[in-house]
Amino acid sequence: MPGVPLQHFLVVGLLLFALGLYTVLTRRNAIGILMGIELLLNAANINYVAFARYSGTPTDGQIFAIFVIMLAAAEAAVGLAIVLGIYQNFASIDVDAAHALRH
Amino acid sequence: MDHVLTLMTFLPLLGAAIVLALPSQHHALIKQVALAATLPTLLLGVWLFVAFDRGTTDFQYVDKVPWIASYNIQYFVGVDGISITMVLLTALLCPLCVLASCGIDKGVKGYFALFLLLETGMLGVFVALDFFLFYVFWEVMLLPMYFLIGIWGGARREYAAIKFFLYTFAGSVLMLIAMLVLYFGSEPHTFDMTVLMQRTGVFDMRTQHLLWMALFVAFAIKIPVFPFHTWLPDAHVEAPTAISVILAGVLLKMGTYGILRINYGILPAATADLAFWALAVLGTFNIVYGALCALAQTDLKKLVAYSSISHMGYVMLGMAAFTPQGINGAVLQMFNHGTITAMLFLLVGVIYDRAHHRNIDGFGGLASVMPVYTGFTALAFFAAMGLPGLSAFISEVLVLLGAWQRYPGLTTVAASAIVLTAGYLLWTMQRMWLGPLNAQYAHLPEIDARELVTLVPLAVIVLVLGVYPHAVLDLINTSLLHLNEIVKAGAATGVALR
Amino acid sequence: MEPTAVSTLRWIPLLPLLGAVVNGIFGAAIQRRAGKGAIAVLAVAPIGGAFAFALLAFVQLLGLPPEGRMLLDVVWRWIAVGSLQVNVAFMADPLSCTLLLVITGIGGLIHLYSMAYMREDDAYWRYFAYLNLFTFAMLVLVLADNLLLMFVGWEGVGFCSWALIGFWWREPVNTTAGNKAFIVNRIGDCGFVLGIFAMFWTVDTVVFRDIQAHVGLLDGRMLWGMPVVGLATLLFFVGATGKSAQIPLHVWLPDAMQGPTPVSALIHAATMVTAGVYMIARLHFLYALAPGTLAVVAGVGAATAILAATIGLVQDDIKRVLAYSTVSQLGVMFVAMGVGAWSAGVFHLVTHAFFKACLFLGAGSVIHALHHEQDMRKMGGLRTQLPVTFWTFLIATLALAGAPLTAGFFSKDEILWQAWSSPLGSPLLWTVGVVTAGLTACYMFRQIFLVFFGENRVDPHVAAHVHESPAAMTVPLVILAAGSLLVGFLGVPEAFGGANRFAAWLAPVFATGHAEGHHAAHAASLEWMLTAVSVAVATTGAFVAFLVYQRRTVSADAMAALGGGAPYRLLLHKYFLDELYWATVGRGVLLLARIGAWIDRRVIDGIVDGSATLTRGIARLEGRFDAVVVDGLVNALANATGALGARLRRVQTGNINTYLYVVVGTVTLVLIARLF
Repeated sequence: MPGVPLQHFLVVGLLLFALGLYTVLTRRNAIGILMGIELLLNAANINYVAFARYSGTPTDGQIFAIFVIMLAAAEAAVGLAIVLGIYQNFASIDVDAAHALRH
Repeated sequence: MDHVLTLMTFLPLLGAAIVLALPSQHHALIKQVALAATLPTLLLGVWLFVAFDRGTTDFQYVDKVPWIASYNIQYFVGVDGISITMVLLTALLCPLCVLASCGIDKGVKGYFALFLLLETGMLGVFVALDFFLFYVFWEVMLLPMYFLIGIWGGARREYAAIKFFLYTFAGSVLMLIAMLVLYFGSEPHTFDMTVLMQRTGVFDMRTQHLLWMALFVAFAIKIPVFPFHTWLPDAHVEAPTAISVILAGVLLKMGTYGILRINYGILPAATADLAFWALAVLGTFNIVYGALCALAQTDLKKLVAYSSISHMGYVMLGMAAFTPQGINGAVLQMFNHGTITAMLFLLVGVIYDRAHHRNIDGFGGLASVMPVYTGFTALAFFAAMGLPGLSAFISEVLVLLGAWQRYPGLTTVAASAIVLTAGYLLWTMQRMWLGPLNAQYAHLPEIDARELVTLVPLAVIVLVLGVYPHAVLDLINTSLLHLNEIVKAGAATGVALR
Repeated sequence: MEPTAVSTLRWIPLLPLLGAVVNGIFGAAIQRRAGKGAIAVLAVAPIGGAFAFALLAFVQLLGLPPEGRMLLDVVWRWIAVGSLQVNVAFMADPLSCTLLLVITGIGGLIHLYSMAYMREDDAYWRYFAYLNLFTFAMLVLVLADNLLLMFVGWEGVGFCSWALIGFWWREPVNTTAGNKAFIVNRIGDCGFVLGIFAMFWTVDTVVFRDIQAHVGLLDGRMLWGMPVVGLATLLFFVGATGKSAQIPLHVWLPDAMQGPTPVSALIHAATMVTAGVYMIARLHFLYALAPGTLAVVAGVGAATAILAATIGLVQDDIKRVLAYSTVSQLGVMFVAMGVGAWSAGVFHLVTHAFFKACLFLGAGSVIHALHHEQDMRKMGGLRTQLPVTFWTFLIATLALAGAPLTAGFFSKDEILWQAWSSPLGSPLLWTVGVVTAGLTACYMFRQIFLVFFGENRVDPHVAAHVHESPAAMTVPLVILAAGSLLVGFLGVPEAFGGANRFAAWLAPVFATGHAEGHHAAHAASLEWMLTAVSVAVATTGAFVAFLVYQRRTVSADAMAALGGGAPYRLLLHKYFLDELYWATVGRGVLLLARIGAWIDRRVIDGIVDGSATLTRGIARLEGRFDAVVVDGLVNALANATGALGARLRRVQTGNINTYLYVVVGTVTLVLIARLF
C-alpha cells in the first residue's frame, strides 16, 4: 500500500516482540512459552519483510523470512517433543515442576 | 706382580659373591669358603712385605685408571710406608677373624658376605689415593659394620649399631665437604691426592685451618678422640667377638691413617699450626682418660675398649711430635696396638663363649682350670702395659721419646699413665684369673685348637717385634721421615711441598 | 779407650733365658715324665754356664790394661730411628763384671737352695722358669751398654718379681703383694724413663759410653728452670727409689715377702733391689755434675736407712725384719752414692748380697724346718736343732751388724768414713749412719735371740719334726757365710793397712768421676776413731737386744707400752704409710676413675643421647608442622573452593523462566553496551 511509512511496520513488529517476550518470560505453561517463541519469531519476520519492502534488494529479506518460518516449524516440532518428554517425566507441563536440575 | 693391590682389595669381594651363592644351610661350607676368600689376600700381603721397596718415598704397586672421567675421578691405588703396615695388618687380621667367627650360627651366609665386603672396604681405604675413591671405600666400610653389629650383636645391639653408624657418618659428611672444597679449589678440578698435595697453596690459611678441622673431626671420631669417643665402648661391648677384633684392630687405625695421609699430606701448614691442641693435648688426654675409665669398668670388654682409647692416644701424641722417633713410634704403635688389642678381644671372646658373661667380679681363679689361656692372657696384658721385650714397649718409648723433644710437660703426663695401665690390667688379672677358683667355673674347657690358631700368630708378632722392631720400622721409616719434612716445609712456607 | 769386641758376653744372659723358655713351655711335661730332678738340672745348669762365662769375662778383663778394661758384644741392631741408634749390645767393665759374678754366683747358690726348698711344690717347673727369667733380666740390666736396654732389664726384673711374689697365686694376699710391687715400681719407672728422654734430648744418644764422651753437651742446658743434668739424675733416682725400695716408694718390699723365701733372698736382697745403686754407679759421671741431686740421694738414703731400721725393731715376722733391714742397708748404699763414694757403695752392695742372702736363706731354712711358721714369737731355742743354720745365721748377722773383720764391717765403715769425710758428706750423715748401725745390731740380735735362743715356743705338733735342712740348702748357707767373712778382705781400706783391691779394681770405671776422698794422709787416725765409735754403738745395740730378749732385764712388753704404746704402734704399722698411700693415692685414683667413667656415661653419652632425643623431638615437631600447617593450607584451599561452588550453584534454580530472564537481560545489556 503506498504511503505507509516503514515505522508503522516496525512498531507492529516491536509490539508483537514485546508481547512474545512477555509471554515467554512469564508463562508457566510450557506450550504457552512455545507460543511466545512463535510470536517472537514472527515479530522478527515482520521486521524482515518490512525492511525488504523498503530496501533496494527485496529478495534478501524475504528469503530470510522463509528461513525463519522453516526454523520456527522445526523448532516447534522439537519443542513440542521436549514438552511431551517433560510431561512424561514430571506429569505436568508447568515449567516450575521441572526443576530437577536445581542445585 | 702387577695389580697386586687391586687383587688384594677385591678378592674378598669376589669371595663375598661366592658366599652369597652358596646354600644357606651349609654352615661349615660357608665358613670354609669365607676363610679361603681371605687367604689369597694374606698370601699377597706376605709377598708384599717381602717385595716392598723400603728405601723410597714413592707410591708402589700403583694402579691408575680413569673411572668417572667427566669429573676427573680415577681408580688410583698405591701403597707407601704409611699405608703398608695397615694393609698388612688388615690382611693378617681378617682370616683370624673369620676363624674366630665360627660360633655364628644364624644368618651365617649374610654374616660372612658382609664381613668379606668389609674387608674390601678396609683395604680400599688404605690403598686409595684418589679422594673420591677413598670416600667410597670409607662408606663401603660403614654399612657392613652397621649390620654386623646390629644383627649379630648383644643385648643392646641396635642402639650400639645406630650410634656407631650415625657418629661415623656425621664425620663422613664433614669429610665430604672438605673433599669437595679441595676438589673445587684445585685447577683443574681433581680428587687425586698426589696432585692435591701440591695445590693447597691456593687456599688462604683460614680456609686451610677450617678444612683441617673438618677432616680432623671426621677422623677423630674414628680414632676415637675424647669427646667423640662414646660410641666405642657400646659398639665393642655389643659387637660379636670377631667384629670387635676387626673394629679395634683395623677400623680405629683408619682415623690416624687418614690424618697422616690427608691432613698431614695435603694440609701440612695447618697441621703444623694445629697439631699441638688437636693431636698432642687431646692425645695425652686420651691416654690418661682412657686409662682412668678402664680402671672403673666391671665389664671386661668395656675395659679393653677403654684401653684402646688410651693406646690410640699414644699414636696421636707421637704424630704431633714431628720428630723421627715420634712419628715412627706412632705408626709402629698403630700396628702393635692392632695386634695386641686383637689378642685381647679374642681372649675376651674365649671366656665369653664359655661363661656367657663378661663381669670381671663374677669370675676368679680361672688359671686353675685354663692355664694355657691364662698364659696367653698374661702375655697380652703385659704387652698392653708396654713391658719391655714386647712390641708395644718399642712403640710407646719411641712415641714418648720423640714427643719429649717438643712437649716435655705433656710427655710427663702421658708417661705417668703407664702406672694406671699396669694398675687396671694387673687388678683385672688378679680378680679374674688368679685367686681362689669360683666354683661354678670349675668345669670350663681349656682353650681349643681353633682359638689357639687365632692367638698364636699374634703372640709371635708381639714377641718378635719386641726384639726386632725393624721388621716394621724399616717399612715405614723412609716415608714417615719424608712426611715430617713435608710438614716442616709447609709450616715454613705455608705451601705444600712434595 | 776403645772397648774390646767379643762375642761371648751374650751367653751370660742367653743361657738363663734358654733355661726359662724350655722350662716355661715344656716344664709341665718334663716334670711329669722325668721328675723334678730334671727340672732342677735344666734350671741350674744355665746359671752355672752363665757363671762360667762371667768368670771368663773377668779373666779377660784382668788380661787387659786397667784403662782399657771394657768388653763389648754387639748382638744385633735393635732400634735405629733418626739419631736414636740402640743395639742389643752387652758391655763388661769392672763394675758390671763385679755384679755379674754376684748375680750368677749367688744366684746359682740360691738356685741350688731352691731345689730342696721348693721340693714339695707342684709348680716346681714354673718357679724355676721364672727364676731363670729373672736372672736373664737382671743380667741384661747389668750388661746393657745403653739406657734403653737397661730399662728392658729394669722392667724385666719387675715382671719376674711380680710373677714370683705372686707365685702362690691362689691366695689373693700374694697376688696383691705382687701387684703392689709392680705398680709401685712402675711409678719409679716413670721417672727413669723420663730421665732417658731428658738424656736423649740433650746429648742425642742413650749409649753409656757416648753419653760419657759427650757429657759436656749438658752444660748450661735447662728445663723447667732446672739444669737438665740435675733433672735427669733426679728422675733416674726416682726410678731407683722404686726399684731399690727407698722412701717414698719403699712400701712394696715388705709385702714382697709373700713370695717364696729364696725369691726374697735373690730378688729382694741380693740383686734386683740393688739395681738402683748399680744405675747410679753406672751414671756416676752425670751425678758428679749434679751435687743437688746427690744431696737428695744421700738425704733420702739416710732417712730410709734410719726409718726402716726403727720399723725392723718391732716386726714379729722373721722375713719382715730382714726386709726392713734390706731397705735400711740399701739406704746406706745410697748414702755412699750420695757422697760420691761410688766404689764404697758398690762394695757394700757386694758384701750385703752375701750376708743378706745368707740371712734370708737361713730364715728360709728355719721356716722350712718349722713347716712354714714365720712368726718369731712361735720360735726360740732352735740353735741346737738347726746348728748349721744357726752358725751361718750368726756369722751373717755379725757381718750385717758390722762386727770387726767381717765383710760388713769393712764395707759399712768405708761408707761411714766417706759420709764424714767426703766434700759432699757431713757429720750429720755419719751420725745417722752410726745410729742406724746401732739399730741394725739391735734388731738383728733381737732376731737371733728370739729365734735361736731362749725357751722353745714352737707349736708342739711342729716341734717334734724339727730337723736341720738338707745339704742342698745348707751348703749354700755355708758358702755365703764364708763369703760374709772373707769378701771383706778385698776392700780393706788403706787406713787399716789394706790395699783396697776392690776400689782399685773399680777405679778405672770411676776415674772420670769424682774424687773418692783420698784423705788418707791426714785422716787415718780420724778414721780409726770414727770406726771405733761406730763399732761401740753397734755393740751397744747388740747389748740392748741381749738385755731385753735374752736376759729379760727389761721386758719387751714394757718397752712396747712406753709412751702409752703409741710409738710402738706407729712402728708396728710402718708409720701408717701404707694406709696413707691407700687413702690418698689409691682412693684418689679410683675416685678419678669412677668420675671419668661417670663423665663418659652421663655427661658425654648424655649429650649424645640427648642430641638423639632432641633430633627425634624436632622430627616430631616437623611432622606436626607438616600435618597441621602445610596440610592445613592445602585442605583450606579445598574447602574454600567447595564453599564457593556451593554458593555459585544457587544459580541453577532449575526454573526455565529464570534462565530466560537471564538470557534476555544479558542480551539487552550487551546491546546497550554496543551502543556506547
